[in-house]
Amino acid sequence: MVNIKINGIEYSVEEGTTILEACRQNGIRIPTLCWLKDINAIGACRICVVEMSGARSLTAACVYPLSKFDEGKNILTHSPAVLESRKMTLQLLLSNHNMDCLACARSGNCELQALCKELGVDDSSYFEGAKNSFDIDRSSKHMYRDDNKCINCRRCVAVCEKNQGVGVIGANERGFNTEISCAFGMDLADTACVSCGQCITACPTGALSERDDTDKVWEALADPEKVVVVQAAPAVRASLGEAFGYPIGTSVEGKLAASLRRLGFDAVFDTNFGADLTIMEESNEFIDRMQNGGVLPMITSCSPGWIRFCEAYFPEFLPNLSSCKSPQQMAGAIIKTYWAKKKNIDPKNIVSVSVMPCTAKKFEIGRDDQSAAGVPDVDISITTRELVKMINKAGLRFTELPDEKFDSPLSEGSGAAVIFGATGGVMEAALRTAVWKLTGEAPDSPVEFNEVRGVEGIKFADYKVGDKTVKVAVVSGLANAKKLLNQVKNGEVDVQFIEVMACPGGCVNGGGQVIQPAEVRNFTDLRAERAKALYSLDSKRAVRKSHESPDIKEVYENFLGEPGSHIAHETLHTTYKASSLSK
Amino acid sequence: MAFKKSVVAFSQTPEQEQKLMEVINKEKGHKGALMPVLQQAQEIYGYLPIEVQTIIAEEMGIPLEKVYGVVTFYAQFSINPKGKYKISVCLGTACYVKGSGDVYNKLQEVLGINGGELTPDGLFSLDACRCIGACGLAPVMTINDDVYGRLKVDEVEGILAKYKE
Amino acid sequence: MMTLAELDAIKAKLHSQMMLRKEESGTAETEGNGTYRKHVLVCGGTGCTSSGSMGIIKKLEEELKKNGIENEVKVVKTGCFGLCALGPIMIVYPEGSFYSMVKEENIPEIVSEHLVKGNVVERLLYSETVTENGIKSLNETNFYKKQHRVALRNCGVISPENIEEYIALDGYQALAKVLTQMTPDEVIQTVLDSGLRGRGGGGFPTGKKWQLARNLVKDADQKYVCCNADEGDPGAFMDRSVLEGDPHVVIEAMAIAGYAIGATQGYIYVRAEYPIAVERLRIAIGQAREYGLLGENILGTGFKFDLDLRLGAGAFVCGEETALMTSIEGNRGEPRPRPPFPAESGLFQKPTILNNVETYANIPQIILNGADWFASMGTEKSKGTKVFALGGKIHNTGLVEIPMGTTLREVIYEIGGGIPNGKAFKAAQTGGPSGGCIPAEHLDIPIDYDNLISIGSMMGSGGLIVMDENNCMVDIAKFFLEFTVDESCGKCTPCRIGTKRLYEMLEKITSGNATLEDLDKMEKLCYYIKNNSLCGLGQTAPNPVLSTLRYFKDEYLAHVVDKKCPAGVCQDLLTYKIDPDKCKGCTACARKCPVGAISGTVKEPHSIDTSKCIKCGACMATCKFGAIVKE
Repeated sequence: MVNIKINGIEYSVEEGTTILEACRQNGIRIPTLCWLKDINAIGACRICVVEMSGARSLTAACVYPLSKFDEGKNILTHSPAVLESRKMTLQLLLSNHNMDCLACARSGNCELQALCKELGVDDSSYFEGAKNSFDIDRSSKHMYRDDNKCINCRRCVAVCEKNQGVGVIGANERGFNTEISCAFGMDLADTACVSCGQCITACPTGALSERDDTDKVWEALADPEKVVVVQAAPAVRASLGEAFGYPIGTSVEGKLAASLRRLGFDAVFDTNFGADLTIMEESNEFIDRMQNGGVLPMITSCSPGWIRFCEAYFPEFLPNLSSCKSPQQMAGAIIKTYWAKKKNIDPKNIVSVSVMPCTAKKFEIGRDDQSAAGVPDVDISITTRELVKMINKAGLRFTELPDEKFDSPLSEGSGAAVIFGATGGVMEAALRTAVWKLTGEAPDSPVEFNEVRGVEGIKFADYKVGDKTVKVAVVSGLANAKKLLNQVKNGEVDVQFIEVMACPGGCVNGGGQVIQPAEVRNFTDLRAERAKALYSLDSKRAVRKSHESPDIKEVYENFLGEPGSHIAHETLHTTYKASSLSK
Repeated sequence: MAFKKSVVAFSQTPEQEQKLMEVINKEKGHKGALMPVLQQAQEIYGYLPIEVQTIIAEEMGIPLEKVYGVVTFYAQFSINPKGKYKISVCLGTACYVKGSGDVYNKLQEVLGINGGELTPDGLFSLDACRCIGACGLAPVMTINDDVYGRLKVDEVEGILAKYKE
Repeated sequence: MMTLAELDAIKAKLHSQMMLRKEESGTAETEGNGTYRKHVLVCGGTGCTSSGSMGIIKKLEEELKKNGIENEVKVVKTGCFGLCALGPIMIVYPEGSFYSMVKEENIPEIVSEHLVKGNVVERLLYSETVTENGIKSLNETNFYKKQHRVALRNCGVISPENIEEYIALDGYQALAKVLTQMTPDEVIQTVLDSGLRGRGGGGFPTGKKWQLARNLVKDADQKYVCCNADEGDPGAFMDRSVLEGDPHVVIEAMAIAGYAIGATQGYIYVRAEYPIAVERLRIAIGQAREYGLLGENILGTGFKFDLDLRLGAGAFVCGEETALMTSIEGNRGEPRPRPPFPAESGLFQKPTILNNVETYANIPQIILNGADWFASMGTEKSKGTKVFALGGKIHNTGLVEIPMGTTLREVIYEIGGGIPNGKAFKAAQTGGPSGGCIPAEHLDIPIDYDNLISIGSMMGSGGLIVMDENNCMVDIAKFFLEFTVDESCGKCTPCRIGTKRLYEMLEKITSGNATLEDLDKMEKLCYYIKNNSLCGLGQTAPNPVLSTLRYFKDEYLAHVVDKKCPAGVCQDLLTYKIDPDKCKGCTACARKCPVGAISGTVKEPHSIDTSKCIKCGACMATCKFGAIVKE
């Protein structure tokens, strides 16, 4: 333990604790900008400076580990020098920022803006001088980059490289000209960016933002010729409430359905249905590969960010990918085939919208071989954040909405489907069905597979199924995927089934979810809290296995026949190809 | 973003490519090999265009962006080709107080290019440099390996003329 | 592997030869050895090479052959003598005749007259050595007599490309001593007792650094010894001279450091802009390996140590210790926060020490002569000597090594020969972009770490630039800030944006657009940058501004209030005028003016249209009558 004083009051903290954490533990919040716990600790922005006795200059609290050398030192967290310095840091940042707050996607949810208010920045033009000027990069389908709002905190760079093992953006040039950009200033779309959107949720300002597709939705909704349907992914309900004041980890499933209906969608479906379908097809495919000498390990294909990663960085694993479309695409395909036929609607007149925790879904809807009815399975994909914008724009008082159900028949998801949103969820759901099938379809086959739950990046589990052992691995975060795949490649790991989710913690922590400022992220495990909401929903569901879902049974009976049937393949499966984008 | 690829089309001889691969294979296993590889690659090609950086990135298993980030950090590396004659004017303190800034301006005027650029005929490229340690001769400029000391502004044109022949 | 006895044998073999180059030893020792009767030392440092010393050597060798004395006279390419202003430099031993500003066409005469016939060519000697009472020894000249060469002791004496010459002058004896007679703790204690402080700028006690690296992490599987040879201060070239003149001293010292802290691998991070130094280091490392003085089982003691070179690629910030390590690791050379300090977690996250070239250059002498010997030189808190690179408005630009405590006045006026052209001294700048300007009132302050800091400057690595009345101090501050802005790594906000804003404020002042409030704001920004920056570069970046504000406030006020540049440097504040009494109407200026701002009839006084004038100064340079003035 180290004994220190904070603002003259004595405390004892564990050696190695940073000043920032020591203060936090004792009720003092130190403002930060560049610091992201476990991801970015570079001491660059200098917002968190404190005064420390014996130090020549101010100290960055986020990266200063207290040690025995600091015994007895006094730390001042809000002395005039500290407050004045923090304010000046902000004013300097503003002097190279376009300060276009009024028209900024992040206005009201911007860490820079909030700190300016908190630290009393009363003259945003205190420093004058040259500003760097950048063209906005709108090349990508899922996001845009506006470096004119970038404060060089490098949080995006850290998540891209460290969490995701991608590293297509980084700091280039130096000094005042330092910019966060792609190699040679190339467009993001020309790089092997996987569209995961993790950089967006890491960005404290409006420099990185999802492409806003809500205008397209409004336009469709206003078009009397069109039947506009919507589906919402499992993870959306675990985060959406945060935008309306609910505690992190609150499920707002009922209000989600109610709000979509009030926005004017003609049918409101639950992607849970697609998730259950995925399990039917994927567990069937897995058993087939196991029994008939197919390529193993089989790797899940629900996460479009992961698919892009695999295509660019590990093309040798493409044969391992399950040929199943993602739940979004499966649901979309069924809507435009089975449901359209049933309702006697020309699929061309359907505008199929999805609400996703994900930015990569914006890319996925435009992929090849994703058009079961001859038109794209899904037409517009918006993120949880864009839905928030729509709800606000429509003046819906979210908290006052009733809890409603999604429309049947393509809705009644099982508990297995709802946990898709958390890392390990797809694996657990698949196991629920696969083990049932492999053990003679006993109704009391196991439901919970706790070994694959939890937020760890890489998890392994072995399950004895009859006379066989099924070895599975679950990874989330693409850097973890990279690690595991290299181990598989080198023969260091022997598994038959791998679940990969691009985003750390799975879809609950997707790049399209409600953005929590670093201050919240650093001290709350968003992944765990949001996952809890989903597991709680699962535990309360009457039907917890995909194959038991009445909606699923109906679709197979009336349309698809058997899992893996010819028509199932035409409708629900897809193909992949290696990409040559710049890595 | 403006794509910063060099306007001069890239071409390489098989010898250059082979040399680069040798360098990469020699250095790859060592810790912190990127800088030595880039330095030698620049010696081989004279500059580090996207094509060369891409080879280095792929062969060393480093993201291209990271390679580019390193290249643009260090003044020594160039993503543009340099002239047949590389002119460097020392703007170190000693030279500056003795008027090397005027020499630099004169060169920009005479060559019709800014610092960091290449004349359209590919003959001269001009850069400012920090102290080359010949302070006793201030102000100093170098053209390739030739050093010109105790320079006067009106000598500039005469010196350039020697290289134009 | 080389044994101690073999090392001693090499020393003995060459010792008398080398003594030839120490004037006091006379010529006697060389006779009967069948060896050279004269040694001609030609400076092969960057300064003299730039002024053509390689051509001199070639010519010299030709002429020696022509006269058939190539086996009697040995030509040695050495490192820097220090007097760069007089290059190319050539010294003939044993007489110690110092030829300066030698031209190739002088060589035949020097060879035939001096080397063949023994008649010194006085006309070509450095003028100060020629007196009425005969020829003065170089050591008696003003430039050399107050100097005391420890770090530079072999520079200009030995051939840096010949390890045996280094060995002959006690080279690698210190390494032998520590390996055979001292424990690592004793080595560290000796360095501690010597009082040696880091010569790279900060002045941290070297022994303390070594002690931390030895003790802080007990179970490290690897430690590193690094040498900072990324000398980047504009106008500083001390380290370069050591590397060019005496590369083995650094290698030996690093091996000693490796022994002391328990490291087996070292890196020398050297500027790629120093090709001669790089080449000589390569040769020296190769020779040291060949002689078994690097590698496994050094001198049969079981000690293992090896070195690699890493070239900097043009980033001043890499002189900062953590940035240097980040760069060696193959990244953008951005500093990282401390703690952890390198002694705990440095290069590749292993305990690491980093010292600069000059610091290392002192180590072997400290080991051989003892801590007391070293501590007897210098001031109370700054022991030993310091090398300075004299530059700017001073006669003897070059390299000097003086005991700590020497006054600035002695350095500038006695060693440096004063200010040229009868101009008045205005300020001396030390510490480069991190340092400050010292005004005339402090000329008599003894130079040491603490004194320099107390007057708002710092030792830095040893650049010493002299400025005269024609230098504008605001412009100088702006020059240094421009440098910092250019060299800022861009990682932390205060340095990335703050220095840029500071530079822009200085521009505002020098262009006559600033107000008194701007001055206050600028000062506030300076203190902010000092207090908030991540690394030393940013923390010291405002020093040139703060020190000029402190001592030359009147110049700032002149720019801000009177909109005048007293030194006549800041273009925007100048007006060119023609003195009608002096103008002869020759029209030369009018013809030279690039914008046609000068008009007048032949043989009548001309005048300048200030609205057209671009203040290029071309007219002034052309006028033969001194009729054009700027004010």
